Amino acid sequence: MTREEINEAVIDILTEINPDVDWKSFGPEDSLRGTLESMDFLDVVMELRKRYKVEVPEADYGHLSTLKGCADYLEAPLADK
Amino acid sequence: MNSKPANQRIVITGIGLTAPNANSLQEFREALLSGKSGITTLDMRYFGTAPAGLCEFDATKYQKRRDIRNGTRAGSIAIYCAGECLADANVDLSAVDTARVGVFLGITEHGNVETENEIYEISKYEYDTSYWSHHHNPRTVANSPAGEVTVRYGISGPHYTVGAACAAGNLGLVTGAQQLLLDEVDYALAGGLSESPRTFGIFAAFNSQNALARNADPTKASRPFDVNRNGIVISEGGAVYMLERLDHALARNAKIYGELAGWCYNSDATDAVLPNAERQAQCIRAALAKAGMAPKDIDIVNTHATGTKAGDAKECEALRAVFGAECTHTYFNNTKSFIGHCMGAAAALELAGNLPAFQDHIVHPTINVEQLDEACALPNLVLNTPQDAGEVNAILNNSFGMMGINCVTIVQKFQE
Repeated sequence: MTREEINEAVIDILTEINPDVDWKSFGPEDSLRGTLESMDFLDVVMELRKRYKVEVPEADYGHLSTLKGCADYLEAPLADK
Repeated sequence: MNSKPANQRIVITGIGLTAPNANSLQEFREALLSGKSGITTLDMRYFGTAPAGLCEFDATKYQKRRDIRNGTRAGSIAIYCAGECLADANVDLSAVDTARVGVFLGITEHGNVETENEIYEISKYEYDTSYWSHHHNPRTVANSPAGEVTVRYGISGPHYTVGAACAAGNLGLVTGAQQLLLDEVDYALAGGLSESPRTFGIFAAFNSQNALARNADPTKASRPFDVNRNGIVISEGGAVYMLERLDHALARNAKIYGELAGWCYNSDATDAVLPNAERQAQCIRAALAKAGMAPKDIDIVNTHATGTKAGDAKECEALRAVFGAECTHTYFNNTKSFIGHCMGAAAALELAGNLPAFQDHIVHPTINVEQLDEACALPNLVLNTPQDAGEVNAILNNSFGMMGINCVTIVQKFQE
């Protein structure tokens, strides 16, 4: 997956988890954690596991705090997906 | 003239509901008087098809889509009913001490839907439990549906659910009344709810018990008292009442639907499933005694009858033992014939459907009776078409559940 595809995939997950938010309006550096509650964030981790078989250890949760951070973190594990 | 002090009298000041054939009290009453069934055919995984009653309320009226996703169907039903009830009761939570508001909701069961969903979900991943949702625990704690109401509306008083099988709707009301009489709260959101048709288990269990209704026409499947009845139609629904002490209600000039005049709950103590007519009769008599009424004072008896051979006949046996020849103005009806068995919501919903009779004095019928079972031939049983009773001042509401839990409530027309 390209970075653009990863970005779209993350926005798709976020939209499923909280469809009340316009996630496409978020800039690459905008904080997701201010809008995602803790249980929502665990949903993101679960959806990455279900959809892409990507395991995100708790110590790495901080990498998923922005759309850019998600793309940076997921670029390698999703490179051949 | 009621001799109790006003702070010892409990009145109904608001009602919010959803049923398989209505999403408000007015719609519900119209459906019951026009013979409108809410039963359809449900196709579910593993089990296949069965008649069932499903609600079609707009959950987004009171919930964000994110909260609907994270919560439970039972919670959405409870939140919808509570929202409608608060509006109907004209209670603005921003203007009251929410620590004095309580939520007490009857449930038949809770957690089956969520548990089965999770097992189905992990079955897609070779039953790897790392795919089991972190939402499972908050969804399945026994207080969940009542707790969802408090979270949604910022109600900081007590909340809990009351597990009482198919008597839970009545016992939720009784619990609310008791909390008011204990002065634990000033407002009690009380009633019952059910999400039972959202998983196959309850259908499969009743089917294995030979107690699941079947009919080529789903609207004819729920047919208590008919000789060809063949079981229960499983439905979802909810009814939440605003209960207050009379002095509190009068002080804020609240609309009053009626007074919760008497109740009783007891246990058969004989069998997990088979009903006990003697204990049912004891429960009815004790509720009448608490209300200070004789059987002939009751104008409408909403029967619990679910459409099983044994259950309907046993209830009629109990009713014959209590309501004798002097009860010439006591009419019997059944609401499940329209909406199926709404489980934890059943008693609360069925009472609501009868309450407008205080104004219109009409007794809605039990429908789908083509050939009355002689074992169920109660005098003044209102069959298939509404009955003008002339005057309705007191309604007795039966509910009985598995493990032999019985709960009877009596509501009388409000008179100062």
